[in-house]
Amino acid sequence: MRVLVGMSGGVDSSVAAALLLEQGHEVVGATLKLWGGASDSGCCSVADVEDARRVAQQLGVAHHVFSFTDDFDEHVVAPYVADHAAGRTPNPCIECNRHLKFDRFLRRAVLLGFDAVATGHHARVRPTPGGFELRRGADQAKDQSYVLHVLGQDQLARTLLPVGELHKDEVRRRAAALGLRTAAKPDSQDVCFITASGGRAAFLGARTGVHPAAVVDRAGALVGRVDAVELVTLGQRRGLGVAGGTGRPRYAVEVDVPGRRVVVGEPDDLLRPWVEVGPPSWVGPAPAGGAAVLAQVSAHGPARPGVWQVGRMAWSEPQRAVAPGQAVVLFDVTDPDRCLGGATAT
Amino acid sequence: MAPPTHEPERIAYLDNAATTPLRAEALEAMLPFLTGRFGNPSGGHRVARDARLALDEARDEVADVLGCQPGEVVFTAGGTEADNLAVLGVVAARGGTAVCPAAEHHAVLHAVHAVGGRVVGTGPDAAVDLEQLAAALDDLRGQVAVVSAMTANNEVGTLTPLAEVAAVVAERAPGAALHTDAVQAAGWCDLRALAAPAALVSVAAHKLGGPKGVGCLVVRAGTPLRPLLHGGGQERDRRSGTQDVAGVVGFATALRLAAEERVEAGARAGALRARLLTRLEGEVGRVVASVPLERALPGHLHVRIEGCEGEALLVLLDDAGVCASAGSACASGAVEPSHVLLAMGVPKAEALTSLRLSIGRATTVADVDAAADAVAAAAARLRAG
Repeated sequence: MRVLVGMSGGVDSSVAAALLLEQGHEVVGATLKLWGGASDSGCCSVADVEDARRVAQQLGVAHHVFSFTDDFDEHVVAPYVADHAAGRTPNPCIECNRHLKFDRFLRRAVLLGFDAVATGHHARVRPTPGGFELRRGADQAKDQSYVLHVLGQDQLARTLLPVGELHKDEVRRRAAALGLRTAAKPDSQDVCFITASGGRAAFLGARTGVHPAAVVDRAGALVGRVDAVELVTLGQRRGLGVAGGTGRPRYAVEVDVPGRRVVVGEPDDLLRPWVEVGPPSWVGPAPAGGAAVLAQVSAHGPARPGVWQVGRMAWSEPQRAVAPGQAVVLFDVTDPDRCLGGATAT
Repeated sequence: MAPPTHEPERIAYLDNAATTPLRAEALEAMLPFLTGRFGNPSGGHRVARDARLALDEARDEVADVLGCQPGEVVFTAGGTEADNLAVLGVVAARGGTAVCPAAEHHAVLHAVHAVGGRVVGTGPDAAVDLEQLAAALDDLRGQVAVVSAMTANNEVGTLTPLAEVAAVVAERAPGAALHTDAVQAAGWCDLRALAAPAALVSVAAHKLGGPKGVGCLVVRAGTPLRPLLHGGGQERDRRSGTQDVAGVVGFATALRLAAEERVEAGARAGALRARLLTRLEGEVGRVVASVPLERALPGHLHVRIEGCEGEALLVLLDDAGVCASAGSACASGAVEPSHVLLAMGVPKAEALTSLRLSIGRATTVADVDAAADAVAAAAARLRAG
């Protein structure tokens, strides 16, 4: 196949390109320039483009840079800002996969005559008689099926995830064996368009403004203050300006952005019998209402059992509330590596 | 690992506005200075004198082609340095600020930004809007040290009416020096005449068959200039650093040959360009030349192709062995909407459909035909998708 590999300049996508070559594919690399502003981490900096290009040179494959900054701003950054401003906790990586890597980039690849795109994600695509499955990566600790749950059959039919078969240390070992310059490069952390120096508060402050808020207990007594109510996540424990050491830990149990108020309470105050979600996205056929499933509500959190009821996920046992904006990703209860799809908590 | 990557059968190089192949004559002239004749021209012995002679002769040759005195030629490490020296050097020497139109090369534009200067608008052809220039000079009365206006635009190829610019500057900002970035024009135009109104003229060797990393700034007598680089006082204290003798010799050789062949090469490039545009209009369709060709450099063809993103088009052309450009490339290599097209008033989405095919002395009819074939095939594919 002719495969266009999205090369971020990290070790996983470097090895993805190498593996595809070993498998006999015709490989071309492409790095997506997604973010026009300052960035010191993630997939957008000139240094990362340089790493991707140097790896492509080492592998002897052509390398292109595609500038999708406008699409990224429209589909990832602007919604990220709007979500925070509305008190939600967005996951920009999911939106980037949905709108950029497996839409804009995939469409570009098809237009250019490629049969498939590949990335360095830790997850697996398996063709079956009933369609393509999206499965957890071989390295459960690095599994990224959570952020890929937005892929449907059309995307999976044209997607290769070669490093999903490997453990991360095997990925690094292969990169080192090939002498790739990215072999020991640290994993990317956090949101790629947020700088470590400024952080989320500075970023949102410049774009939409952040506001201080009172932190009160359930009785309404003032117990602390936060500088940016937009950055408080439901269930958050640290950074609430609540004096520690006096009794049990307290969690954000209610975030009221317009009211500039955060209510803290006990862990039990966060327990919910279900989580309501927005419109779902399915990998294959939609599970029936009432189907028993497993649901995962953070990138590397556990998958808990429950029942999919259309429009919400009902837990077998009450679970910590899911912050609005986070994805609720469903897995097959009888085949727990198989991702069914998911939806955004509302 | 044996990558079965596809290699095109032949390469059609149509990116001569980005850089040109080194001419054989220039390489031949340079080789002795990269081998046996290695002297430092500032030294006091025979090996040094030998290098000095070559440097002096090259300077005479460059001065002759550019229409200035040898002592007015300051060799630099290319066009960007020459542009920076002109803008920053004159502002530093004279005080005040700088003015340039919005379609200048980034080497001028960013230097003007760096001194807090004023950027003025251009017309739809990318040439400076003289009324806006006059208004800016009036507004900044007495504060303008240097006005910079490129001889020909590097992206779309349009020539600036420098005499008219000079007249506006002389009237509205009589103390200001006029600089022209002639980097793109030098291989095609008679700068003796064209750049005569400018006190400072930037030229780069690699755009006209010379080596990369060398060029010059003409600094006409009486133009105040402070050096950017301090050191041994080479180039009459205007640009310290041991001269790149081989580079300068290659530069002078290529510049002289370009001047000798100017008329013939221009006519030839113009004919190839006409052939290319005719084929694109006929076989691709919905192709718009970005500027009137009679006012552009003869080898420059900048078009916008409806329904074809330049970034995708370039990949398909590259696959077909056709080397072209889509706009200004940023540091990462991504294609950004060109500031030149935006300055011309072209909407952003349309600016991203740009394609620049630039013809050089080595370009053949076969190259042009290969480019037309490849653009037609690529456009058909992109429009179908």
